[in-house]
Amino acid sequence: MVRVDGRGNSSSLISARGLNKKYRRGGEEIQVLQGLNLDVDKGDFVAFMGPSGSGKTTLLNLLGGLDVPSAGSITVAGDEITHMSAGKLTEWRARHVGFIFQMYNLIPVLTAFQNVELPLLLTKLSKADRRKHVETVLAIVGMADRMHHFPRQLSGGQEQRVAIARAIVSDPTFLLCDEPTGDLDRKSADDVMALVEQLVAEHGKTVLMVTHDPVVAQRAHVTLHLEKGVLVEAGRVEGVAAGGVA
Amino acid sequence: MKFRGLILANLFRKKIRFALTIGSFAVALFLFGLLAAVKGAFSQGIEVAGADRLVIINRTSIIQPLPLSYRDKILRIPGVKSITHDNWFGGIYQDKRNFFPQFAIDIENQRQVYSELVVPDDQWNAFLNDHQGAIAGARTAKRFGWKIGDRIPIRSTFTRGTFEFNLVGIYHGQRPQDDETQFWFHWKLFDERMPERRKGLVGWYTLRVENPDDSVRIAKAIDNEFANSPYETKTETEKAFAASWVKQMGNIEFLILTIGGVVFFTLLFVTGNTMAIAVRERTGELAVLKAVGFSGRFILFIVLAESLLIAVIGGALGLAFAKLAMPGIAALLNGRLPYLVLSGNALLAGLGLAFVVGIISGLLPALGAMRLRVVDALRRA
Repeated sequence: MVRVDGRGNSSSLISARGLNKKYRRGGEEIQVLQGLNLDVDKGDFVAFMGPSGSGKTTLLNLLGGLDVPSAGSITVAGDEITHMSAGKLTEWRARHVGFIFQMYNLIPVLTAFQNVELPLLLTKLSKADRRKHVETVLAIVGMADRMHHFPRQLSGGQEQRVAIARAIVSDPTFLLCDEPTGDLDRKSADDVMALVEQLVAEHGKTVLMVTHDPVVAQRAHVTLHLEKGVLVEAGRVEGVAAGGVA
Repeated sequence: MKFRGLILANLFRKKIRFALTIGSFAVALFLFGLLAAVKGAFSQGIEVAGADRLVIINRTSIIQPLPLSYRDKILRIPGVKSITHDNWFGGIYQDKRNFFPQFAIDIENQRQVYSELVVPDDQWNAFLNDHQGAIAGARTAKRFGWKIGDRIPIRSTFTRGTFEFNLVGIYHGQRPQDDETQFWFHWKLFDERMPERRKGLVGWYTLRVENPDDSVRIAKAIDNEFANSPYETKTETEKAFAASWVKQMGNIEFLILTIGGVVFFTLLFVTGNTMAIAVRERTGELAVLKAVGFSGRFILFIVLAESLLIAVIGGALGLAFAKLAMPGIAALLNGRLPYLVLSGNALLAGLGLAFVVGIISGLLPALGAMRLRVVDALRRA
C-alpha cells in the first residue's frame, strides 16, 4: 500500500518522513520539497507526476541515495540512508537501487552485454556467473539476440531495454525510473512499459517512476502528484483512506 | 582483471586522439632517449675511468706538451705504480669524416696502465717488433673492415706527409663500456717525425697508483715537484679529467635538462588537456557509473589508469624507436660519438618519466571525476 500521510507502518519497504530539499541558486533559496511523507510497500508500482520544477526528479534522487535531503529521513528496507557517508551510500545504491534514465545512459563503447555486466563487476561473482546473470536478464528484456551490439546499433526502445536489464541484473530492492519513455515513440514506450509491468507482476519488483505522460502513468498501480514540492493528490486508486492508496 | 574491458574501451574510444596523444609521447620519449644517449656518449670516459689512475697534463692546457724527462721523476714519487704517456695524433684516414682517435703510445708501459684493453700476446709481441706497427680497437677495425696485416695510411695534420702503419693487432675492452675505437702506434715513430723543437715531448701522462686512497697526496706531490718550471703540471684523477673534458664541450647536462624539462611540461599539458577533455565528454557516463555503485576512488582509478596507459604505451614506443635508431644515428655521425647507445638505466629513466607524466597529467581530471556529484552530472549530461 502507498501512503502519503506519514502514517505508514514499519513494514513499508520505503519510508520517507518530513522530507525537505532546498537549493540555493544565485543567492535565492528554492524550496523543492516541503515536509513530504511517503510509504511504499514491496511490489508497489508508483508513478510521480507533476509540472516541471515540482520536485519529481529531486524526490527520485533522494530516494535513490543520489542526493541528500535538507531535512527529514528516508528508510529503505530498514536502512536509514539519510545519514550514510558518501562511500556507504554508494555501496548501498549498488545493492538496493536499479536506475533507469530517460536517455538510457548506456556506455557507448561497451556492448549491450558489457553494459549490463557493469553492476556485477562490483560483486564477487565469477566471470561465468556474471555471464549467466547477464544472459538471463537480457533474455527477460528480449535482447538476448542483440547482446553483442553496441548502443549505436540499437533503436531507442532497444537501448532502454538494455538499460532496464542493467538496472535489474543485480536484483536490486527497487527500481527508480526517471521518464523511462520520455525519449521513445508510443509503440516503443508501450513495449518498455509492458516490460516494467512484467517486472512488477512476475518478478515482484518495486518500481518508482517519474513521468509527464498520463498514458504511461496509468500503467502504475498508483499515481502521486507533486506540486510545489508537496504530494497533493493520489490518482487511479481502488480505495483511498486517510491519505492512503491501495 | 575484470575492469580491463572498461578501461581499454575508454582508451580506444577516440582512435585519432588516442593515436595523436600516444604519438606525442613517443616523439618526446624518442627525443629523451636520444639526449640520454648523447649524454651517455659524452660521459662514457667518466664511466670507464679507473679509480687508481691519475692523468697529468700541462697546467696551461692539454694541448701544451710535457717533457719526456718527467717520467722518471714521477716514478720516484712514493705510491706511483706505473706510468705511460700518449700523444694525440689527429690524422686523417682517407677522408676527414672518417674520424677515430689515434694515439702515439708508450709501448713499454701501455699494458700495465690500461690493463682493461686487452691485446693477445702474439699480437702485442708483433707490435713491439714492428716500428710501423699499429693496433686498432675492435669497433674501428670493424667499421673500416680492417684485418691484421692490412696497411693503413694516415695523413698527419701537424707534420708533413702520410704515416704508413701495419695493422698487427686488434684490442678488445674487458667491459662493454670500454672504448674500442682507438688506434695506437709507436710513440718513438711519432717522435722521429716531429720537428726538432718538438722532440722529446709527450701530450700527457697517465699513471697508476698503488692505493687509490693516496691519489690526492700523489697528485699534489707531482704538481709540487714541477711547480715554477717551464712545464708546470696539473694532476687529477682520470674521472675528474674525463669530466673536465666533457665540460669543455659545453654544459651538456644543462642542455639535456633544459630540453628534458621542456619536453616534460609540454607532455604534461598535452596529456592533461587530453584527459580533461576525455573526462568532460564522459561526464554523464561517469555519473551513471557512480549511480550504479562505482565508488569515487574507482572513478579516480580508471581515469588515472587511462592516462597512465597512454603515457607508458607512447613512452615505450618512443624509447623502442630510439633504441632501434641509435646505431643508424651513430653511423650518420661518422664515429664522432662512438658510444651512442641507449643504456638500460636511460630506458628505465624514460619509462619512469612517462609514468610520472601519466600520473600527474591524469591526476587533476581524475580528481574532478572522483568528486563529480551524480545529480549535477546527470543534469548536465
